[in-house]
Amino acid sequence: MSMPSGSVPSASQGSVIAPRDAPADRPADAPNITAPDDVLRVDGLHVRVGELELLSDVDLTVRRGERVGLIGESGSGKSLTALSIMGLLAESLVPSGSIAVTGQDGRHTQVVGAAESDLAALRGRDVTMIFQEPMTALNPTMRVGAQVAEVMRIHRTVPDRHTAAARAVELLDRVGLPDPAEAARAYPHQLSGGQRQRVVVAMALANDPALLICDEPTTALDVTVQALVLDLIVRGVEARNAGMLFITHDLAVVASVCERVLVMYGGRVVEAGDVQQVFTRPRHRYTRGLIGASDLDLTRDDGRLYTIQGSVPSAGRFPHGCVFRNRCIHATIECESLPRWEGTGPEDGFACWHPVRVHDSQGVDAS
Amino acid sequence: MTVGIVPAVRVREVTRDYRRQRTSIFTPAPVVRALRGVSLDIAPGQRFGIVGESGCGKSTLLRIIAGLDQPTTGTVEIDGTDISRLPERRLGFLRERLQLVFQDPLGSLDPRMKVRDIVAEPLVSQGKRDNLPRVLELLEAVGLQPEAADRYPHQFSGGQRQRISIARALAPDPRILVADEPVSALDVSVRAQVLNLLDELVERLSLTLVFVSHDLSVIRHVCDSVAVMTRGEVVEVGATEQIYQDAEHAYTRALVAAAPRLRTALAGRTAADLAADTLAAKESR
Repeated sequence: MSMPSGSVPSASQGSVIAPRDAPADRPADAPNITAPDDVLRVDGLHVRVGELELLSDVDLTVRRGERVGLIGESGSGKSLTALSIMGLLAESLVPSGSIAVTGQDGRHTQVVGAAESDLAALRGRDVTMIFQEPMTALNPTMRVGAQVAEVMRIHRTVPDRHTAAARAVELLDRVGLPDPAEAARAYPHQLSGGQRQRVVVAMALANDPALLICDEPTTALDVTVQALVLDLIVRGVEARNAGMLFITHDLAVVASVCERVLVMYGGRVVEAGDVQQVFTRPRHRYTRGLIGASDLDLTRDDGRLYTIQGSVPSAGRFPHGCVFRNRCIHATIECESLPRWEGTGPEDGFACWHPVRVHDSQGVDAS
Repeated sequence: MTVGIVPAVRVREVTRDYRRQRTSIFTPAPVVRALRGVSLDIAPGQRFGIVGESGCGKSTLLRIIAGLDQPTTGTVEIDGTDISRLPERRLGFLRERLQLVFQDPLGSLDPRMKVRDIVAEPLVSQGKRDNLPRVLELLEAVGLQPEAADRYPHQFSGGQRQRISIARALAPDPRILVADEPVSALDVSVRAQVLNLLDELVERLSLTLVFVSHDLSVIRHVCDSVAVMTRGEVVEVGATEQIYQDAEHAYTRALVAAAPRLRTALAGRTAADLAADTLAAKESR
């Protein structure tokens, strides 16, 4: 869309077949950020555990003020991508490729291979995260006001303790907690699920991050609370002109919140594009299947819902070639080799040998 | 009540109070009213949904209907028999007639039992032996391979585990199937598979289905009637489509307004619109 020309490295096009993780084009001290607006640029990210490849060749860019969705079923690699960006991978998981983050002050950080002290400076300030379960994200033995204040004190974004405490109350007020001064003195267990998630939102926004990563932030909430919390997150991100990466398996939520979307399956990005494009004219068979299965208003002739056959294999059990081919009714012998990425770049395209053609994309087929 | 048809489930003025822990030795323990006078009739063969948010009392009501808990006041009749004051030893008939599927299949399947034993357990407790043919028949009915019989729950995916729960529930050939959020823990693609399976089984076996969910769009797909619960009360009952299109109660309208839908989202309804509509519906009368 508003992409500055020349920001797409040619290496990301059509290079999916050969995993590229040559460190030569990635000096550790000079992250390859080309566009000034990028807050996050992931290039050819692989994550391996032993011989097993969990993420393969993930390309992903988030710009300032942009909201990008990451969708797919559980086990497709969405959360692993988020943890890689935060530098929170377990020690047995080895990332390669490039994850470049630009902070609010314009400072670049290369997350892959960074020292823990650099990551600690990044997390909670330049990049923050909202998790699914607010009860486990909060410290049960600490008052919530102190937890919000702590984030600011650790990163020294406030001059002293009193300012931090006052600012915490102000943030709790902004996220819509009734009687914020009282709420700041509460322990997490004294709040409802929705209130707890509001506290987590306040913590995530406290240091005005450049990038906010949300991993299923409203999945554990009631639907009326979800609507309010989503609104809160979007307004918070917009006010700071921050970028947002929004992970969920709920397509309707992504469509309500994001402008662009990436579809993951089997540790790969299988389709990417504008939300309207991907959801109304999907090209990858997996995307088409996901949309069909999500739509409870749409049924087959016998009144049943559209489904994707089978279930997501466990890590390492995905077929070689096209990762989706063992669940795809359109799979042929061709699909045993890895499909090329077709499209204008990593932000708009798909990897499928038998894409949905335009004329059969009215009405969803049974795939 | 109309003469002739005995409702499969009849709930009358049911209340359920839970005592909280005492906070002082001088004051009586505080009481939480989980249900405040709920009345419902579910006709045989009906697909009845109960929708509401966490804490509204829907699971408490379900436990009482299933005879797993007793109401503080009020009565519950299953096929005309009052079960609300019966001791457990006299509830054998209910266990044959009414079976449950829970939200978390891993939590409701014993990890140390093989699938064949899990599915056969309701039969064993009824004193039936040599159940393997029936177990294999059930596994086939829920779309699992016969080899599944000799495996353990952890060897299956979430959707397959939910299929095992459904097979177990169907083992005693019940007339009423009660499902408590059976698809909430599943991925969308698997959710569609499990909803289709339930749909097919309810149709084929002419079951009465009681389906509890927080998700009105799932209820809308599965059920023909729905009761909306909030704060321990049923605020609205009626045909699902009627309630979805033209809800009378403000709370129901908020539920409908708050649920994001792919089509309206693509037509430009953002999170801000969802939030504004939800608040507006809540305040409307």
